[in-house]
Amino acid sequence: MLARDTSNIPEHRQRHMATTRKAVALISGGLDSMLAARTMLEQGIHVEGINFFTGFCVEGHTHAIRAKDRARPKRNNALWAAEQLGIRLHIIDVIDEYKDVLTKPKHGYGANLNPCLDCKGFMVGKAYQWMTENGFDFVVTGEVIGQRPMSQRKDTMPVIARESGAGDLLLRPLSAKLLPPTRPEREGWVDRDKLFDFNGRNRKPQMALAAAHGITDYAQPAGGCCFLTDATYARKLTDLWQVRGSKEYELDDIMLLKVGRHLRPRPHFKLIIGREEGENNFLEGYRRQFTCLRPISHHGPLALLDGTADESDLQLAARVTARFSQGRNAALVQVDVVHQGVTTRLDVQPFAEDEIPHEWYI
Amino acid sequence: MTRHTLDARRLLCPMPVIRTQNKIKSLAPGDIVEVVCTDPGATNDIPAWCRMHGHAVIATETRSGEFIITVEVGKIAG
Repeated sequence: MLARDTSNIPEHRQRHMATTRKAVALISGGLDSMLAARTMLEQGIHVEGINFFTGFCVEGHTHAIRAKDRARPKRNNALWAAEQLGIRLHIIDVIDEYKDVLTKPKHGYGANLNPCLDCKGFMVGKAYQWMTENGFDFVVTGEVIGQRPMSQRKDTMPVIARESGAGDLLLRPLSAKLLPPTRPEREGWVDRDKLFDFNGRNRKPQMALAAAHGITDYAQPAGGCCFLTDATYARKLTDLWQVRGSKEYELDDIMLLKVGRHLRPRPHFKLIIGREEGENNFLEGYRRQFTCLRPISHHGPLALLDGTADESDLQLAARVTARFSQGRNAALVQVDVVHQGVTTRLDVQPFAEDEIPHEWYI
Repeated sequence: MTRHTLDARRLLCPMPVIRTQNKIKSLAPGDIVEVVCTDPGATNDIPAWCRMHGHAVIATETRSGEFIITVEVGKIAG
């Protein structure tokens, strides 16, 4: 745990510390939010972290599911970061509330289905609500001007402050010197001179600050911290919405989009086919909710059929499933189909590789 | 002291932590809660959350592919 050195805090700040101010910091688990919180701790602020789970957060779910990744160490980066900082972290389930953010983004989507600006406003708003309910004084984020093309620009910073309701109780320590003074700065709760003027996508200032604080291990997410920025994931979610005719989803829906191959051979059903043992085990947990297919004569994947299917559809689904079994080159593969509680054994000819149209893959 | 069980099976990180956090809010200091999970990540995350909030993990077991994390509720600060 990192020790906090308060010996260089000036006298007027020490007086304020007699009535210690309290900040709630959004902690993603990445370096910027860690540094923002650390900057506040350095100024004698009592900091507690908050982290929101939308269902789309990249938290090693694929690794948790896949058998080959079981040996990898797993940690929740936000919890890990908070523990390094020596602060408490509150993780809040916002899965239901987030649906409106995702399905009706006022500011639109980024490159894929990422409603980054609405998302940031929502999360700061939730943090502000938590702040008022828990007697805290202000909200801190690790936002850096120019870091992200949609949500972290100089012109969007005031939008987030305004739309979240946090107003000038929202402090961004890493870019504060490039922004108008907030109330925590004006009131002397924090010393603006000891805040930063980080700007742009260059990470060197953050890395230097991390090194100065002895922070050497931190998450470096590749491709962001949200599945909605991922083109493949966004395509699967778009398919789900198109088929349903509305932008509705439940947690199980969005978790299943992270697992297996997804193929839609017919408009009225799709197949989710496990790619390895861990995924098969995970899909097994859903076998009562879906029609389930499993090769019997050969080793092969578990497949879930999502949608409606008549006999010819089940034959086709069994042939696709057989294609991904070890009997892919056999004349016939036996596949058990559990449909509405009834098990039927089908002998099917596996599809050849070139018989599965590319368009079936979602 | 009362003993409770929390079923967090099939939930992936951070849901087992969120369920544990929400369950403990309704318990009294000294109560025991056994959290049953299938995500191995929970064996790191729940103890980490407990350390920072003043609760004690008194046992962690693996039974038939399930992880049982036993937590004693500490003095809950606001």
